[in-house]
Amino acid sequence: MSALDITHKTLTDFIYAEARLLDEQRFEDWLNLFTEDGHYWMPLAHGQTDPRLHTSLMYEDKLLLRVRVERLAGQRTFSQQPKSRCHHLLQAPTVESPAPDGEHVVRTAFHYVETRQDQQTLFAGWTTHHVVEDAGALKIRLKRVDLVNCDAAFGNIQLFM
Amino acid sequence: MERYTGNPDAVRALVRDLEVHKDTYIDEEVFALEMEHLFANTWVYVGHASQVPNKGDFYTTTVGTEPVVMVRHTDDSIRVLYNRCPHKGVKVAGETCGNTGKFFRCPYHAWTFKTDGSLLAVPLKKGYENTGFESCEAKHGMAPVQNVKVYRDFVFCRLNPNGISFEDYFGESLSTIDNMVDRSPEGRLEVAGGVLRYMHNCNWKMLVDNQTDTCHPMVAHESSAGTAVKVWQEAPEGTPKPMAVELFAPFVSSYEFFENMGIRVWDNGHGHTGVADSIHAAYSPAPGYWEQMVAAYGEERAKHILGDTRHNTVYFPNIMVKGPIQTLRLFKPIAANKTLVESWTFRLVGAPDLLLERTLMYNRLINAPTSVVGHDDLEMYERAQEALQSRGRDWINVARLFDPAEKEQKNVATNGTNEWQMRNQFRAWAKFMTESM
Ligand code: FES
Ligand SMILES: [Fe+2]
Repeated sequence: MSALDITHKTLTDFIYAEARLLDEQRFEDWLNLFTEDGHYWMPLAHGQTDPRLHTSLMYEDKLLLRVRVERLAGQRTFSQQPKSRCHHLLQAPTVESPAPDGEHVVRTAFHYVETRQDQQTLFAGWTTHHVVEDAGALKIRLKRVDLVNCDAAFGNIQLFM
Repeated sequence: MERYTGNPDAVRALVRDLEVHKDTYIDEEVFALEMEHLFANTWVYVGHASQVPNKGDFYTTTVGTEPVVMVRHTDDSIRVLYNRCPHKGVKVAGETCGNTGKFFRCPYHAWTFKTDGSLLAVPLKKGYENTGFESCEAKHGMAPVQNVKVYRDFVFCRLNPNGISFEDYFGESLSTIDNMVDRSPEGRLEVAGGVLRYMHNCNWKMLVDNQTDTCHPMVAHESSAGTAVKVWQEAPEGTPKPMAVELFAPFVSSYEFFENMGIRVWDNGHGHTGVADSIHAAYSPAPGYWEQMVAAYGEERAKHILGDTRHNTVYFPNIMVKGPIQTLRLFKPIAANKTLVESWTFRLVGAPDLLLERTLMYNRLINAPTSVVGHDDLEMYERAQEALQSRGRDWINVARLFDPAEKEQKNVATNGTNEWQMRNQFRAWAKFMTESM
């Protein structure tokens, strides 16, 4: 028996809340949304299926995500002096499929803006969250970020989409 | 006002023994001269033969700022053509890669060209009869680059018809490519895993300089590699060391480590860090690989191949190769203040997948636009590009461990924090910039 009453609404609220944590720069709280075996994956190729024998922009386990989060707060993180900011604009998420082995798959189209100093960069794409119940709360086992132009040449992408 | 065009003395004066003038990095006229002279007189990397395995396969790229297409001709040789239609100038091959069959067809008016560039057919040909078309440049089709050399599947070209030979240009530096290829039990590499493309708002030479800049990792990368080490230290005792930590940690090695690892300086601007040791020397072995290498080469030679753990090899002007981690970085100049960095990776044909996995993880963690190590470096390049405009100072310093006797020497190994390799690059820069002026 699931302790949580997981509905369409609780899932979509979860997605909105996650994006808001990033926009509010509450990175430690954001990190806590991931399961211990969770991954953040940003493929390099369209329709990429393999994160191991094909390069990705990011394929971060929790340790690597923690390195990023701690680095963002570091005294000697010069690429964050001054800091970047970000903003998510999300389309209404759709719950994709009946959950396989307890995972809820949620797809959300987005526009994302990352800014630093006088520069503002717009990214567009969609995220696919694999959400599970873990110790009475919703957690992210996989957040996949597909950029429309995943194979384009980018400048720095320093925060999370 | 033109200060450098047709004035080789002014160009040479930009490079002193101990310092380099800021115009080499920020001046648009100098950049244009680099494209006209430096990238035409030197042997520049084009691509890898595994990108065009079959007849008619092509790959489009740039040499300096010249659009070119590398193609496997009907006789199986690899040709490099200027990717420009002789009719009205349209770029003929539009995709990054593909197969064009026996000929290229220009999309504008359907002129066709054999894969050696020669003109094959023109629609409504009659209209050119008795016009004198025979004497036109267009009659000769797409211009081929005459000097192309394929060395162990690495394709280089020299745009100028005359100049230094491939062998004289690279000399002993080819040993790094040899070592990378020999690491495959079958002696063969394949481009694999996709290419990371990272746009830099800085001059291309900042990236080249950085490859042998061994006094920056422990400073600039404290934030990334240093944090990785710190986070790893908090892991519960007995946790197996993750591959990512193994890749990150050596970046924050001590000055002493980098001094001892050494730099070797070759002729014509080539050189490499990591003579005696390197940040790639202590990776965990991949199960089964050693046995494959011994079977292929015998124990002594296998030991020799795998014992050579060079760090960064600069092939002047604009690539860097890492043999032990099968990576090639290409610094593509776009403007004085703009560079596209492409980071390519290779599969050691016949070797365990784990090695490709490690190579791809390294590339992602270090060379991606999402890489924290990349962020550390690019921040420095972009700050330099901006601040070099200052009138407060005119020169960039490369004096570390200078010895006047070095100018007569080549193929020498020295202290790993010596800026000799940077000085070596700039001596080659002045030489090949002015050779055809
Ligand atoms: S421009 Fe190529 S055929 Fe006319
Ligand atoms: Fe660096």
